Amino acid sequence: MVVSRSGSKRSVAAIDAAAFKAGARIGMPAAKAQAMISGLHLVDADPAGDALAIERLALWMLRQYTPVVALDSPDGIVMDTEGADHLGGGELPMLTGLVNALRGHGLQARGAIADTWGSAHAIARATRRQVIIVPVGETAKAVVNLPISSLRLPSDTVSGLAVLGFRTVGELSATPRAPLTLRFGPEVGRRLDQMFGRLAEPIDPIRTADLIEVARSFSEPIGAAETIAKYIGELVVELCAALETRGQGVRRADLIIYRVDNTLQSLRAGTAKAVRDIPHLTKLLCSSIEKIDPGFGIEKLSLAATMIEPFEEKQSISSLVEETIVDVTPLLDSFGNRGQRMYRLAPVESDVPERNVGRVSPISAKLGQAWPTRWPRPSRMLARPERIEVIALTPDHPPASMTWRGKRRRIKRGDGPERVFGEWWVRSSEMEAVRDYYSVEDEDGNRFWVYRSGDGVDPATGTAKWFLHGIYG
Amino acid sequence: MPITAANPVISELQDRIRRHEGGAARKGEVLSFGIAEIDAKLPGGGLARGALHEVAGGGADAVHGAAAALFVAGIVARTKGDILWCLTRPDLFAPALAQAGLHHDRVIYVEADREEDVLTNFEECLRFGGLGAVVAELVRLPMTASRRLQLAAEASGTIGIALRRWRRPTEAADFGQPTAATTRWRISVLPSEPLPVPGIGRARWLAELIRARAGEAAEFEIGACDATGRISLSPHARDGQDQTRGSRNFG
Repeated sequence: MVVSRSGSKRSVAAIDAAAFKAGARIGMPAAKAQAMISGLHLVDADPAGDALAIERLALWMLRQYTPVVALDSPDGIVMDTEGADHLGGGELPMLTGLVNALRGHGLQARGAIADTWGSAHAIARATRRQVIIVPVGETAKAVVNLPISSLRLPSDTVSGLAVLGFRTVGELSATPRAPLTLRFGPEVGRRLDQMFGRLAEPIDPIRTADLIEVARSFSEPIGAAETIAKYIGELVVELCAALETRGQGVRRADLIIYRVDNTLQSLRAGTAKAVRDIPHLTKLLCSSIEKIDPGFGIEKLSLAATMIEPFEEKQSISSLVEETIVDVTPLLDSFGNRGQRMYRLAPVESDVPERNVGRVSPISAKLGQAWPTRWPRPSRMLARPERIEVIALTPDHPPASMTWRGKRRRIKRGDGPERVFGEWWVRSSEMEAVRDYYSVEDEDGNRFWVYRSGDGVDPATGTAKWFLHGIYG
Repeated sequence: MPITAANPVISELQDRIRRHEGGAARKGEVLSFGIAEIDAKLPGGGLARGALHEVAGGGADAVHGAAAALFVAGIVARTKGDILWCLTRPDLFAPALAQAGLHHDRVIYVEADREEDVLTNFEECLRFGGLGAVVAELVRLPMTASRRLQLAAEASGTIGIALRRWRRPTEAADFGQPTAATTRWRISVLPSEPLPVPGIGRARWLAELIRARAGEAAEFEIGACDATGRISLSPHARDGQDQTRGSRNFG
């Protein structure tokens, strides 16, 4: 239990699940909690330390997820994920991944994606689910039943409203505005409008001192795509000059677009390696220029290098004989920014066929190792093995006929068995599992890779059912 | 003709005509199979680099694309440089490609969720230049798209291979639609080479050259790619059937 101090008053600031079960609540006097529960472990609150930790977390998210990240003090982080979710595989995978990543570090987190900052704030705090995504346009429906404490109002306003009998946001928003404003000031109406998206609430992105950022403000708002492209080009030149003085290259550049109606948009361009190549960066940023909605005009463009790495100048080899090795990373960058998955396949130490191919980053070092087997392998593998009906002599003859996807085939030739043992160090259920693989060829020359689960004798090794796993070319 | 060759206007015109015909690829601009019978059927003596080629499987392989993928792997294995392989269904088994001579370090897979993205990626790869080859697994290849791809390949000199693969066998009739591809192949499996002992010998394919720009159609019975990606003309006729089929020309 964490205890905060204000003057001589000590109250509970945070509790864990066990303390909650024992009856402690946030906001109750610390002495009362101590009286209720014996053996309570008290920790003094450290607001400054918490703020620092959250800021560090926010900077990590800035590099990881989206260009526009800000602190939602005292206990939250708000991000504008519009236009950045496809890089995380969509909204749900991105948010789940984020919450899981935090949990991996021992942090309890709840996440919500909604149309406005206010509603996301309220939904994340007022519901018990860890990950919630409110579809576009359904914010009003989602927040109606939330308590008024989630409205980001001062605590005395909340208690004052509670005295008047208001419990939920829906009740409050259905009440005439004028008496409320007279009684509690304009704050209530403003927070309600922000939650329902009637009032814009731009997120002021967090920045650190060592972040390289170049910006340009326009006296006249700009809007045409060509003009935007021109200024992006100028910003990239400035950014690269700034990077050059530090000997750094950019891994991730964020373009933030400030519109005249006080809303933000952002574009993010990532690269596989550190670059300081002006045409390449300009091309990456301009490739998604059609996603910018200039509205009534853009008054400021700001370009920040959110992720930088030391960049080594290399002299390009100018040889007449040697074949130039083409660097494909610019191509990969443009794919990556469009959300395509790129990978190379590399051997993994495993005898189980579906496990012995692993995906590695396309720019990872080429190790040159190879699959050890000399047995022919099928060129296409089914995502999961499919059941087939066979007629076969046990224990170690290839099938004489098989029925796959409703078509019966007579097997002319067969090779095998190639025995694959289960990997008990991966899954304990594979302790005794065995697969016998055969390659078989039917009358028309179609070749398949089939296996029997089990060695055909001992039922402990498998069910003796047959599966088709791959197709030979 | 030395007189016309001396005239720059005429020689340029001749060059242009040759370019339009696509037949006069200069030496080094084709990727030959190393088999005289096949190379003789191809204008320039091999598969033109800087061009789009189309390969599809025949029969059941129109859906699986297993033999067609290996045939393509064998072709691109003989190029130099990185290979980009654009696809939507990640079911290629890399050890098999390695056995066809295509080392896994050379291949970068670009996986997209949508078919249209594959076309876009394919074109972008072809325009990039400097790659060994670009392969894309495509269901649909409209005329306009194929012309764009062909132009992109011509501009960069990269060989592009569209590996056509359909969802259903009935859709394979789409392969009859015209495209701008320079050559068009259909690879069907044949019973493997007989062995003196029980077992499966080297795989054999029927490679049909359905269309070749400025060339003639042909078909060959070939042995599947060896460990360096080379195919061979099949020494055996098909199990006592139809002896006349080998490299007969029906064009």
